[in-house]
Amino acid sequence: MKIAITSTGNSLESLLDSRFGRCSYFVVYDNINLSVEFIPNPNKEKIEGAGTASVALIASRGAEKVVSGEFGAKVKSLFDSLKIQLIVLNDPERKISELITLLNHK
Amino acid sequence: MPRPKRIRKMNNPPHFKGFRPIGLPEENDPVVINFEEYEAIRLSDYELNGHLEASQIMGVSRPTYTRIYESARRKVALAFVQGKAIVFEGGKVYFDSEWFSCNSCGCWFDHPEKELEIRNCTLCGSADIEQYHESPQLSPIEDACICPKCGTEKVHLPTTPCRNEICPNCNSQMVRKGTPHMHNSKNMNCN
Repeated sequence: MKIAITSTGNSLESLLDSRFGRCSYFVVYDNINLSVEFIPNPNKEKIEGAGTASVALIASRGAEKVVSGEFGAKVKSLFDSLKIQLIVLNDPERKISELITLLNHK
Repeated sequence: MPRPKRIRKMNNPPHFKGFRPIGLPEENDPVVINFEEYEAIRLSDYELNGHLEASQIMGVSRPTYTRIYESARRKVALAFVQGKAIVFEGGKVYFDSEWFSCNSCGCWFDHPEKELEIRNCTLCGSADIEQYHESPQLSPIEDACICPKCGTEKVHLPTTPCRNEICPNCNSQMVRKGTPHMHNSKNMNCN
Protein backbone atom coordinates (compact mmCIF):
# COMPACT_ATOMS: atom_id res chain seq x y z
CA MET A 1 0.00 0.00 0.00
CA LYS A 2 1.23 3.50 -0.77
CA ILE A 3 1.10 6.18 1.88
CA ALA A 4 1.63 9.89 1.16
CA ILE A 5 3.25 12.11 3.79
CA THR A 6 3.64 15.88 3.55
CA SER A 7 7.22 16.95 4.16
CA THR A 8 9.13 20.20 4.61
CA GLY A 9 12.22 18.91 2.83
CA ASN A 10 13.45 16.21 0.51
CA SER A 11 15.32 13.98 2.94
CA LEU A 12 14.24 11.37 5.47
CA GLU A 13 15.41 13.69 8.24
CA SER A 14 12.97 16.46 7.23
CA LEU A 15 10.01 17.26 9.42
CA LEU A 16 6.35 16.70 8.68
CA ASP A 17 4.73 19.68 6.94
CA SER A 18 1.62 20.72 8.80
CA ARG A 19 -0.09 22.09 5.69
CA PHE A 20 -1.45 19.74 3.10
CA GLY A 21 -2.04 21.70 -0.12
CA ARG A 22 1.01 23.96 0.15
CA CYS A 23 3.55 21.61 1.68
CA SER A 24 7.06 21.61 0.17
CA TYR A 25 7.35 17.94 -0.73
CA PHE A 26 5.15 14.89 -0.83
CA VAL A 27 6.74 11.66 0.29
CA VAL A 28 5.16 8.58 -1.25
CA TYR A 29 6.11 5.56 0.81
CA ASP A 30 5.33 2.07 -0.44
CA ASN A 31 5.20 -0.41 2.42
CA ILE A 32 5.33 -3.48 0.17
CA ASN A 33 8.58 -2.87 -1.70
CA LEU A 34 9.73 -0.30 0.91
CA SER A 35 10.41 2.39 -1.67
CA VAL A 36 10.36 6.09 -0.81
CA GLU A 37 9.76 8.76 -3.42
CA PHE A 38 10.02 12.52 -2.90
CA ILE A 39 7.84 14.68 -5.13
CA PRO A 40 8.26 18.46 -5.01
CA ASN A 41 4.83 20.02 -4.66
CA PRO A 42 4.00 21.94 -7.86
CA ASN A 43 1.06 23.64 -6.12
CA LYS A 44 3.08 25.30 -3.38
CA GLU A 45 2.86 28.82 -4.76
CA LYS A 46 -0.70 28.56 -6.06
CA ILE A 47 -3.05 31.26 -4.91
CA GLU A 48 -6.14 29.16 -5.24
CA GLY A 49 -6.97 25.48 -5.54
CA ALA A 50 -3.70 24.16 -4.12
CA GLY A 51 -5.53 21.61 -1.99
CA THR A 52 -7.63 20.12 -4.77
CA ALA A 53 -4.66 20.03 -7.16
CA SER A 54 -2.63 18.21 -4.52
CA VAL A 55 -5.44 15.70 -4.03
CA ALA A 56 -5.30 14.96 -7.76
CA LEU A 57 -1.53 14.47 -7.53
CA ILE A 58 -1.81 12.11 -4.54
CA ALA A 59 -4.65 10.16 -6.15
CA SER A 60 -2.71 9.77 -9.41
CA ARG A 61 0.16 8.20 -7.44
CA GLY A 62 -2.25 5.62 -6.03
CA ALA A 63 -1.77 6.46 -2.35
CA GLU A 64 -4.37 5.00 0.00
CA LYS A 65 -3.47 6.99 3.11
CA VAL A 66 -2.29 10.58 3.58
CA VAL A 67 -0.45 11.87 6.64
CA SER A 68 -0.42 15.62 7.25
CA GLY A 69 -0.98 18.20 9.94
CA GLU A 70 -4.14 19.72 8.61
CA PHE A 71 -6.65 19.24 5.80
CA GLY A 72 -9.05 21.84 4.43
CA ALA A 73 -12.78 21.33 4.09
CA LYS A 74 -12.71 20.85 0.29
CA VAL A 75 -9.87 18.38 0.54
CA LYS A 76 -11.60 16.29 3.19
CA SER A 77 -14.69 15.68 1.11
CA LEU A 78 -12.58 14.92 -1.96
CA PHE A 79 -10.53 12.34 -0.09
CA ASP A 80 -13.72 10.88 1.35
CA SER A 81 -15.15 10.29 -2.09
CA LEU A 82 -11.84 8.82 -3.29
CA LYS A 83 -11.82 6.54 -0.22
CA ILE A 84 -8.37 7.72 0.78
CA GLN A 85 -7.76 7.63 4.50
CA LEU A 86 -6.64 10.82 6.22
CA ILE A 87 -4.26 10.79 9.16
CA VAL A 88 -3.92 14.07 11.04
CA LEU A 89 -0.88 14.60 13.24
CA ASN A 90 -0.89 17.69 15.39
CA ASP A 91 2.76 17.28 16.27
CA PRO A 92 4.96 19.04 13.67
CA GLU A 93 8.21 17.85 15.28
CA ARG A 94 8.06 14.44 13.62
CA LYS A 95 10.68 13.34 11.16
CA ILE A 96 9.68 11.52 7.99
CA SER A 97 11.90 8.60 9.01
CA GLU A 98 10.07 8.32 12.36
CA LEU A 99 6.72 8.25 10.61
CA ILE A 100 7.91 5.57 8.23
CA THR A 101 9.02 3.44 11.19
CA LEU A 102 5.60 3.96 12.77
CA LEU A 103 3.88 2.94 9.55
CA ASN A 104 5.89 -0.30 9.49
CA HIS A 105 4.07 -1.69 12.51
CA LYS A 106 2.56 -4.70 10.74
CA MET B 1 -33.18 31.64 -9.11
CA PRO B 2 -34.41 29.32 -6.36
CA ARG B 3 -32.62 29.20 -3.09
CA PRO B 4 -29.82 26.59 -3.21
CA LYS B 5 -30.41 23.35 -1.36
CA ARG B 6 -28.65 22.87 1.91
CA ILE B 7 -26.16 20.08 1.72
CA ARG B 8 -27.37 17.05 3.68
CA LYS B 9 -25.15 15.05 5.97
CA MET B 10 -25.06 11.28 5.62
CA ASN B 11 -23.76 8.92 8.26
CA ASN B 12 -24.19 5.57 6.60
CA PRO B 13 -24.43 5.27 2.84
CA PRO B 14 -25.98 2.00 1.59
CA HIS B 15 -23.32 -0.57 0.73
CA PHE B 16 -25.27 -1.92 -2.23
CA LYS B 17 -26.77 -0.22 -5.25
CA GLY B 18 -30.46 -1.03 -5.05
CA PHE B 19 -33.24 -3.62 -5.27
CA ARG B 20 -34.90 -5.70 -8.00
CA PRO B 21 -38.34 -7.28 -7.87
CA ILE B 22 -38.43 -11.10 -7.90
CA GLY B 23 -40.14 -12.87 -10.81
CA LEU B 24 -40.55 -9.94 -13.17
CA PRO B 25 -38.68 -9.39 -16.42
CA GLU B 26 -35.90 -6.87 -16.12
CA GLU B 27 -37.07 -3.36 -16.78
CA ASN B 28 -34.99 -0.34 -17.61
CA ASP B 29 -37.09 2.12 -15.71
CA PRO B 30 -36.05 1.90 -12.06
CA VAL B 31 -37.15 4.25 -9.30
CA VAL B 32 -34.23 6.45 -8.30
CA ILE B 33 -33.97 7.01 -4.57
CA ASN B 34 -31.51 9.71 -3.58
CA PHE B 35 -29.00 9.08 -0.84
CA GLU B 36 -30.71 11.68 1.30
CA GLU B 37 -34.01 9.81 0.94
CA TYR B 38 -32.35 6.54 1.85
CA GLU B 39 -30.84 8.23 4.88
CA ALA B 40 -34.25 9.63 5.87
CA ILE B 41 -35.83 6.17 5.82
CA ARG B 42 -32.88 4.78 7.75
CA LEU B 43 -33.05 7.48 10.40
CA SER B 44 -36.83 7.43 10.83
CA ASP B 45 -37.86 3.83 10.29
CA TYR B 46 -34.72 1.89 11.14
CA GLU B 47 -33.18 3.92 13.93
CA LEU B 48 -36.61 5.21 14.96
CA ASN B 49 -35.68 8.86 15.38
CA GLY B 50 -38.31 11.55 15.42
CA HIS B 51 -38.30 13.96 12.50
CA LEU B 52 -36.78 16.72 14.61
CA GLU B 53 -33.84 14.64 15.83
CA ALA B 54 -33.33 13.12 12.39
CA SER B 55 -33.35 16.55 10.76
CA GLN B 56 -30.62 17.68 13.16
CA ILE B 57 -28.55 14.60 12.34
CA MET B 58 -28.81 15.41 8.63
CA GLY B 59 -28.24 19.12 9.15
CA VAL B 60 -31.48 20.32 7.54
CA SER B 61 -34.61 21.90 8.96
CA ARG B 62 -37.43 19.79 10.29
CA PRO B 63 -39.86 20.66 7.44
CA THR B 64 -37.19 19.89 4.85
CA TYR B 65 -36.54 16.56 6.51
CA THR B 66 -40.23 15.75 6.43
CA ARG B 67 -40.34 16.55 2.72
CA ILE B 68 -37.36 14.30 2.02
CA TYR B 69 -38.92 11.50 4.06
CA GLU B 70 -42.29 11.92 2.36
CA SER B 71 -40.70 11.75 -1.07
CA ALA B 72 -38.72 8.65 -0.03
CA ARG B 73 -41.83 6.85 1.17
CA ARG B 74 -43.72 7.67 -2.00
CA LYS B 75 -40.91 6.35 -4.14
CA VAL B 76 -40.73 3.12 -2.13
CA ALA B 77 -44.51 2.72 -2.45
CA LEU B 78 -44.35 3.35 -6.20
CA ALA B 79 -41.67 0.70 -6.60
CA PHE B 80 -43.58 -1.83 -4.48
CA VAL B 81 -46.92 -1.34 -6.18
CA GLN B 82 -45.67 -1.18 -9.76
CA GLY B 83 -42.97 -3.79 -9.26
CA LYS B 84 -40.14 -1.49 -10.24
CA ALA B 85 -36.51 -1.78 -9.36
CA ILE B 86 -34.96 0.71 -6.94
CA VAL B 87 -31.55 2.28 -7.41
CA PHE B 88 -29.76 4.51 -4.94
CA GLU B 89 -28.24 7.45 -6.73
CA GLY B 90 -27.38 11.10 -6.39
CA GLY B 91 -28.74 13.69 -4.03
CA LYS B 92 -27.04 16.66 -2.48
CA VAL B 93 -25.20 14.96 0.32
CA TYR B 94 -21.83 14.77 1.95
CA PHE B 95 -20.55 11.84 3.89
CA ASP B 96 -19.73 12.35 7.47
CA SER B 97 -16.87 9.99 8.12
CA GLU B 98 -16.03 8.79 11.56
CA TRP B 99 -12.85 10.04 13.16
CA PHE B 100 -10.68 8.17 15.61
CA SER B 101 -7.85 9.32 17.80
CA CYS B 102 -4.90 7.23 18.90
CA ASN B 103 -3.68 7.59 22.46
CA SER B 104 -0.31 6.09 21.66
CA CYS B 105 1.01 8.29 18.84
CA GLY B 106 -1.46 11.16 19.22
CA CYS B 107 -2.74 11.14 15.65
CA TRP B 108 -6.27 11.41 14.30
CA PHE B 109 -7.52 9.36 11.43
CA ASP B 110 -10.77 8.82 9.58
CA HIS B 111 -12.39 5.75 8.22
CA PRO B 112 -13.43 5.83 4.58
CA GLU B 113 -14.21 2.10 4.32
CA LYS B 114 -17.36 1.94 6.40
CA GLU B 115 -17.73 -1.84 6.15
CA LEU B 116 -14.44 -2.63 7.85
CA GLU B 117 -14.18 -2.32 11.58
CA ILE B 118 -11.26 -0.31 12.94
CA ARG B 119 -9.35 -1.89 15.81
CA ASN B 120 -5.84 -0.51 15.48
CA CYS B 121 -4.33 2.86 14.85
CA THR B 122 -3.58 3.10 11.17
CA LEU B 123 -0.32 4.95 11.82
CA CYS B 124 1.36 3.12 14.71
CA GLY B 125 -0.79 -0.01 15.00
CA SER B 126 -1.64 0.57 18.65
CA ALA B 127 -4.99 -0.77 19.83
CA ASP B 128 -5.41 2.16 22.21
CA ILE B 129 -7.79 4.18 20.04
CA GLU B 130 -10.95 6.12 20.73
CA GLN B 131 -13.80 7.17 18.53
CA TYR B 132 -14.18 10.92 18.36
CA HIS B 133 -17.58 12.56 18.70
CA GLU B 134 -17.85 16.06 17.39
CA SER B 135 -20.37 17.16 20.00
CA PRO B 136 -21.49 15.21 23.07
CA GLN B 137 -24.17 13.63 20.88
CA LEU B 138 -27.21 15.78 20.21
CA SER B 139 -27.68 18.56 22.67
CA PRO B 140 -31.12 18.47 24.24
CA ILE B 141 -33.49 20.48 22.12
CA GLU B 142 -33.89 23.81 23.82
CA ASP B 143 -36.80 25.72 22.48
CA ALA B 144 -38.06 28.67 24.38
CA CYS B 145 -40.00 31.82 23.76
CA ILE B 146 -38.40 34.85 25.33
CA CYS B 147 -39.81 38.28 26.05
CA PRO B 148 -37.56 40.91 24.43
CA LYS B 149 -38.50 43.48 27.08
CA CYS B 150 -38.22 41.78 30.45
CA GLY B 151 -36.44 38.55 29.45
CA THR B 152 -39.12 36.20 30.76
CA GLU B 153 -38.77 32.75 29.19
CA LYS B 154 -41.49 30.28 28.49
CA VAL B 155 -41.28 26.75 27.00
CA HIS B 156 -42.00 26.95 23.30
CA LEU B 157 -45.01 24.97 22.13
CA PRO B 158 -44.26 23.46 18.71
CA THR B 159 -47.62 24.41 17.19
CA THR B 160 -47.76 28.00 18.41
CA PRO B 161 -45.52 30.65 16.80
CA CYS B 162 -43.65 32.61 19.46
CA ARG B 163 -45.06 35.88 18.21
CA ASN B 164 -48.53 34.67 19.21
CA GLU B 165 -47.37 34.26 22.80
CA ILE B 166 -47.88 37.11 25.22
CA CYS B 167 -45.44 37.73 28.05
CA PRO B 168 -47.20 37.06 31.38
CA ASN B 169 -45.29 39.88 33.12
CA CYS B 170 -45.35 42.83 30.75
CA ASN B 171 -47.91 41.70 28.12
CA SER B 172 -45.56 42.23 25.19
CA GLN B 173 -45.15 40.00 22.16
CA MET B 174 -42.58 37.20 22.64
CA VAL B 175 -39.90 35.99 20.20
CA ARG B 176 -37.97 32.74 19.77
CA LYS B 177 -34.91 32.47 21.97
CA GLY B 178 -31.57 32.48 20.16
CA THR B 179 -32.88 33.85 16.85
CA PRO B 180 -32.01 37.16 15.17
CA HIS B 181 -35.44 38.48 16.15
CA MET B 182 -34.29 38.54 19.74
CA HIS B 183 -31.28 40.76 19.01
CA ASN B 184 -33.23 42.99 16.66
CA SER B 185 -35.83 43.73 19.27
CA LYS B 186 -33.11 44.31 21.89
CA ASN B 187 -31.44 46.88 19.64
CA MET B 188 -34.75 48.57 19.08
CA ASN B 189 -35.12 48.98 22.82
CA CYS B 190 -31.75 50.76 23.04
CA ASN B 191 -32.89 53.40 20.60
